[in-house]
Amino acid sequence: MAKVSMRVNGKSVSADVEGRTLLVEMLRGPLGLTGTHVGCDTSQCGACVVHVNGKAVKACTMFAAEAEGAEVTTIEGMANADGSLGTIQQAFQDYHGLQCGFCTPGMVMSAAALLKDNPKPTESEIRHYLEGNICRCTGYHNIVKAIQAASGQDVGAIAAE
Amino acid sequence: MPKDTGIGASSKRREDVRFLTGDGNYTDDINVHGQAYVHFLRSDVAHAKINGIDTSAAEGMPGVIRIFTGKDFEAVGGLPCGWQVTDRHGQPMQEPKHPVLAHGKVRHVGDPICAVVAETLAQARDAAEAIELDLEILPAVINMKEAVKDGAPKVHDDLTSNLCYDWGFVEENRAAVDEAISKAAHVTTLELVNNRLIANPMEPRVAVGQWEKGTGDYTLYTTSQNPHVIRLLMGAFVLGIPEHKLRVVAPDVGGGFGSKIFHYAEEAFCTWAAKECRRPVKWTSTRSEAFMTDAHGRDHVTRIELALDADHNFTALRTETYANMGAYLSTFAPSVPTWLHGTLMAGNYKTPLIYVNVKAVFTNTVPVDAYRGAGRPEATFQLERVIDKAARELGVDPIELRRKNFVTEFPYATPVAVEYDTGDYNATMDKLIEIADIAGFEARAEESKKKGLWRGLGVNSYIEACGIAPSNLVGQLGARAGLYESATVRVNATGGLVVMTGSHSHGQGHETAFPQVVADMIGIPEDMVEVVHGDTANTPMGMGTYGSRSLAVGGSAMVRATEKIIAKAKKIAAHIMEASDSDIELKDGKFTVAGTDKSLAWGDVTLAAYVPHNYPLKDMEPGLEETAFYDPNNFTYPAGAYACEVEVDPETGKVTVARFAAADDFGNIINPMIVDGQVHGGIAQGIGQALLENCAYDEAGQLISASYMDYAMPRADDVPFYSVDHSCQTPCTHNPLGVKGCGEAGAIGSPPAVVNAVIDALQRGGKNVTHIDMPLSPARVWAAMNGATANEGAAQPAARDSGSAEGRSLGGQV
Repeated sequence: MAKVSMRVNGKSVSADVEGRTLLVEMLRGPLGLTGTHVGCDTSQCGACVVHVNGKAVKACTMFAAEAEGAEVTTIEGMANADGSLGTIQQAFQDYHGLQCGFCTPGMVMSAAALLKDNPKPTESEIRHYLEGNICRCTGYHNIVKAIQAASGQDVGAIAAE
Repeated sequence: MPKDTGIGASSKRREDVRFLTGDGNYTDDINVHGQAYVHFLRSDVAHAKINGIDTSAAEGMPGVIRIFTGKDFEAVGGLPCGWQVTDRHGQPMQEPKHPVLAHGKVRHVGDPICAVVAETLAQARDAAEAIELDLEILPAVINMKEAVKDGAPKVHDDLTSNLCYDWGFVEENRAAVDEAISKAAHVTTLELVNNRLIANPMEPRVAVGQWEKGTGDYTLYTTSQNPHVIRLLMGAFVLGIPEHKLRVVAPDVGGGFGSKIFHYAEEAFCTWAAKECRRPVKWTSTRSEAFMTDAHGRDHVTRIELALDADHNFTALRTETYANMGAYLSTFAPSVPTWLHGTLMAGNYKTPLIYVNVKAVFTNTVPVDAYRGAGRPEATFQLERVIDKAARELGVDPIELRRKNFVTEFPYATPVAVEYDTGDYNATMDKLIEIADIAGFEARAEESKKKGLWRGLGVNSYIEACGIAPSNLVGQLGARAGLYESATVRVNATGGLVVMTGSHSHGQGHETAFPQVVADMIGIPEDMVEVVHGDTANTPMGMGTYGSRSLAVGGSAMVRATEKIIAKAKKIAAHIMEASDSDIELKDGKFTVAGTDKSLAWGDVTLAAYVPHNYPLKDMEPGLEETAFYDPNNFTYPAGAYACEVEVDPETGKVTVARFAAADDFGNIINPMIVDGQVHGGIAQGIGQALLENCAYDEAGQLISASYMDYAMPRADDVPFYSVDHSCQTPCTHNPLGVKGCGEAGAIGSPPAVVNAVIDALQRGGKNVTHIDMPLSPARVWAAMNGATANEGAAQPAARDSGSAEGRSLGGQV
């Protein structure tokens, strides 16, 4: 066991973890941040996406110890300071971009990373970017719409093709 | 004008806020003080005799609390099956025991052999690696047609064969169907596979068992679509715990699609081990475990024959299906290929004679049970594919052939035992033609051609039976349960309501949609109504959510309970306003006396119910809380028409879904936004089945699609935006809301549309391919295009990876 320290959602935190403990396990376990989910064991599903030093990372692909000293943002850190939903979160609610909610934290974190790099993505760019996030409920239709809306694009114009 | 509140409004989902902020409460988020962790050591072979298990090295390892084997469960019941099918000779199905931990033999990859309970999950896994197993490998049976041959290795030594049942429906029609087919002007025959799928809700299954020494009470937290069903099955049939000593909680559940209906061994283990170990015990499935333990879906191999007269009227239909049960009978497995499949073989058509034969077969594979649609996608796929093939053989328009044979008068009693109460199949077809812009197809095909791609159009209809189900009927059909639903409506003194429902939401949005109904009935804001579900301790006995039943059955119970509330509230209001209760009207949350200016607010009456100072205590009890159980009179019959346009790359065989349109008739709609979302998700799963997904076993029974590396889930760039419409509404005639259910339609209607479209594209490209088995991977499409003039099994090398697909060519090609 070794002590690992990092900043998560702006707060300094630390925990004693084994060398083999994954970042997602530390977040969900000792740190109690259960918003980050685990949907697979092969880094395919994207339910565990968080931001590490500003980059979207699947928290099941790195050891907790590798995040020593890092700045980590999870879904719990995405709301506005007053507790209201952030822009992307609000768009997901407005456009029904979630159903069971299990993949949603990863989707929101991936969407935030996308919009940071590409503020006005096309439909095709959004779909391509989300290839590392699997959703079984929505058929992606409303997730893509929500992300376009969150980027300030006119979603009303979206038709079948 | 769209409404902004109540029935018909696209109210935003209130549950979204917690899901979007990481504040959901899924089962794996629950940690009970003092909990230990279990890791299951599972069989990595399909079929073996267990000659010995040596746990001695593992027992001394750090953190190990106890190691369990099948021997520890000898005194415990097996996992029960909830449906008994009677075969065509009047005999009950063969029903093997399904032990919690394997005993004597392992029968599929993933069958649990040992359970290691330890202080941490890592310690449990480490110890499991030190267990020595002496397994004597036995020949495995994977292919269904091989499994039922004389001399085939038996999955269960105590059964007479691997045939679970040989079901005929309607047996009395068999000779008449045979005769009609032999005399038909034209018969179209198709052999096809409904590929084996894995439901894959994004949340893997989890179970946390707890036992309170002080009270002897058990609690199980589990990822279930129906906690009351789990409580009854596990308590009464497996562990012998009376229901009043057992609480089952299914909190936020991350999708189910059928796979979380069933009672699983891990739930029983954790509950039982909690007492044995005097510690709460938690199990969280890995995704790989999910692939080899969650019940699989579909896996039918079918030969279907459609007979037509010279005027192209359908005169008879005959199907023979092999349905894979896997190694054990999962909770509702026997009902899926029979009563949820055979009864739908009339489809939207007035075929007068139908005979369905189903042979259910045990194999050394994971148990197979209901997956989104359950039996109805299998029926629809056969029917809509064979009709498409018939249209091509006869040189007629596939839409016109369907229209010619549509049922147009309702109620309509099918020759397969169900009665459609209402519908308008021409209306949904008309709507589809409009929203899919079928008139513009040829122009789009020209555009595709310029890009070197072949464009195809596939259209089909579908019907399904939802709102499951009338209890007396399903009892006659072999169900060992009733299929009513329940609701308790509790009005608080200050006017807010809590609806405690036996339905369960795992993505469907009940917490938003159910209050829309109650708020509308009373005329109060939706946020005055709260939904409680998923906990046997605070909901009435209910059968849960599957089969698109929540609103049609659970919602009806809620309406009935609310009607009782309103009736009682009117009596209270009548007493206070000194009027006859027959003169009391409730509108916009206000009670008025007809013909007067007297009124009382909703809250005045609810307060009086709990502070009964001015109250008819002689005639009525105080309080305002009512329960209703609703047992439906019939199934509901959502129906619609779907269109898919694909582009096929002739160089690679890759199929791209370019457009997809769905015109559905769900009857009345409570929340159009949620309904759209349900259809979108179903379509994506149907496209996944048609083009991507395949659960594959090799010949030795090894599961070779056991992770997302090997099982192709639909991703965002595999699907287009969908055009969906549900404006064609023929309300259900027998439930109070006139609703039919929308959860499964997309997954039922879409696979034949995709396959029809690909065949159309290939035919337009000059390839005489009449069928390709799903999934239509580039390899299969390319092989079909280049290897043969028609659909030859040998032209689909990828199909040979699937045990069930292997035998599909038996019976010969047409």
